[in-house]
Amino acid sequence: MSVSNDQMIEMLRTMTRIRQFETRVQEFFAAGKIPGFVHLYIGEEAVATGACGTLGATDYITSTHRGHGHLIAKGGDLKLMMAEIFGRRTGYCKGKGGSMHIAAVELGILGANGIVGGGGPIANGAALAAKYRGTDQVVVCFFGDGASNQGTTQEALNLASAWKLPVVFVNENNGYGISCPTCKSMAVADIADRAAAYDIPGVVVDGNDVLAVYEAVAEAVKRARAGAGPSLIECKTYRWRGHFEGDACVYRDDQELADWVKKDPLQRFENKLLADGLLDAAKVESIRQEVARELDAAVAFAEQSPLPEAAEVLEDVYA
Amino acid sequence: MAKMTMVQALNLALRQRMEADDSVIVLGEDVGRDGGVFRVTDGLIDQFGENRSVDTPLAESAIVGMGIGMAVFGLRPVCEMQFSGFSYQAFHQIESHAARLRRRSRGRFTVPMVVRAPYGGGVRALEHHSESREAFYAHIPGLKMVIPSGPRNARALLVSAIEDPDPVIFFEPKAVYRAFREEVPEAEERLPLSRSQLVREGRHVTLVAYGAMVRPTLEAADQLQAHSGIEAEVIDLLTISPIDDELFTASVKKTGHAVVVHEAPKSFGPGAEIIARMMEKSFYYLEAPIIRVTGYDTMFPLFAREQWYLPNARRIARAVQETLKH
Repeated sequence: MSVSNDQMIEMLRTMTRIRQFETRVQEFFAAGKIPGFVHLYIGEEAVATGACGTLGATDYITSTHRGHGHLIAKGGDLKLMMAEIFGRRTGYCKGKGGSMHIAAVELGILGANGIVGGGGPIANGAALAAKYRGTDQVVVCFFGDGASNQGTTQEALNLASAWKLPVVFVNENNGYGISCPTCKSMAVADIADRAAAYDIPGVVVDGNDVLAVYEAVAEAVKRARAGAGPSLIECKTYRWRGHFEGDACVYRDDQELADWVKKDPLQRFENKLLADGLLDAAKVESIRQEVARELDAAVAFAEQSPLPEAAEVLEDVYA
Repeated sequence: MAKMTMVQALNLALRQRMEADDSVIVLGEDVGRDGGVFRVTDGLIDQFGENRSVDTPLAESAIVGMGIGMAVFGLRPVCEMQFSGFSYQAFHQIESHAARLRRRSRGRFTVPMVVRAPYGGGVRALEHHSESREAFYAHIPGLKMVIPSGPRNARALLVSAIEDPDPVIFFEPKAVYRAFREEVPEAEERLPLSRSQLVREGRHVTLVAYGAMVRPTLEAADQLQAHSGIEAEVIDLLTISPIDDELFTASVKKTGHAVVVHEAPKSFGPGAEIIARMMEKSFYYLEAPIIRVTGYDTMFPLFAREQWYLPNARRIARAVQETLKH
């Protein structure tokens, strides 16, 4: 799969947007402006960016509790996302979904999901609908290493395979289900090995290499669009922050984190584009500045937006 | 006696039961090395090892299903659901198997298992992370559904739950987890399951609450006394199911008025059962319609409207005044 120079620069911009978005959320959480739970995607930007980079506007994704990156990569508006996370009525879900349940149906984003393993069956349903209607839409189902041990995920993989549904299961293996390392929660070294049980392709990629993710997912998307059924792509990556903001991370050591920070997917891609001469340091800096301004506007929009009225809590329960 | 938070008191209950009985095993997501996301199982892995404080894969159905098998074959598992909203993934195991095995086997199999789960508002999250769906479990014959309201009764009820021969769903009000401390004696205490408690005497109105709602209910009772001279009797249910209806129906016979408080949605909630019992057993003593002060029939909202959603002392006091107009 060839990726054009423009596409690569767009990917860098997307990764930069995710990184800066999450860094702002981290700061606002620390300042007490965003209460509750937020699960940050810092360190995993290459997965969402590479995977969503293969999709068209009408394709679907299902996301997870760690979903901000997926939404941004699928074209989510930073203003509406930030407003949602701030719980404002101008957000994607009128401030009723918050960080864990943002959805943007018009963008094919079927929702972040507070339930681990919640996305698989829904992805299958969307894929079945596409198949039934005879469109060539494809669904990318993001799920983590923790979710791969939920029955719902395995049920979804089986069904998608049996019915040759156009789903690409993109596993983000960041090494931990909260505190539980994958070596304790599963006997297989690679989650992709489980694809064999369903007779579908199972591919392991470096989840910190955006182009490797793109290539593997693009191949799987092509296969799904052609009616050949699902694939399982495992992206090995690492979350830099705790499971949630405020997590003391007693379960992992600082050296492990430091080693992964050295493999920063954003820095790595920047370095590659610089080395390949696709852009220069000034252009990288201008992307950063443009994204920072975009985020300033998103934060201002969120902060100036009203909270939902109390009575709105009772709305949208039924048609 | 040491002053403890509910988290510490629950930890004490687990620790002492595990010391006394090596068939007691704690299992769940992050209960071992991490000590639980709310720290209820903190330190258990250091004292008892990873075979008795077991980090499981993220799979609620597998956790509870395994707990059933362990319980049937001689162990006393204490399963943790990280949030009660995650327990729906395990609902099938709880409903179809845990609750039914005793009857299905004519008493030969028993399931002495506890499923602990933090429930309710208080962490400023939404939906699964804050809701109160105790009615799901209270509705199932064969299960006991227990909800403590403070550190001391939490410890005593958890000890009883672990020793109980039947499956107990044990919801812990996370709004109370660290909200206040109480004296908790070192020696093990037990409270009977299926008994409610009178926590405040009064003669004008009966207030029934449980879990995190006991505190605002007592607060309302104090305000009513101070401002209006209304003496409210407050009953803490402690066990939702099987329900103890003796205390509150006797109280209603005395007061003639009642208000029931829970943070779960109103319709088909525990309040409906409580009021039905009042109607069945104390109808002729009632002087006014019974009022429910509850959460609303919607999903638990995001932080901005959490306090609006949750019953508070003001809403409870207003309901009392309304019922006393009759």
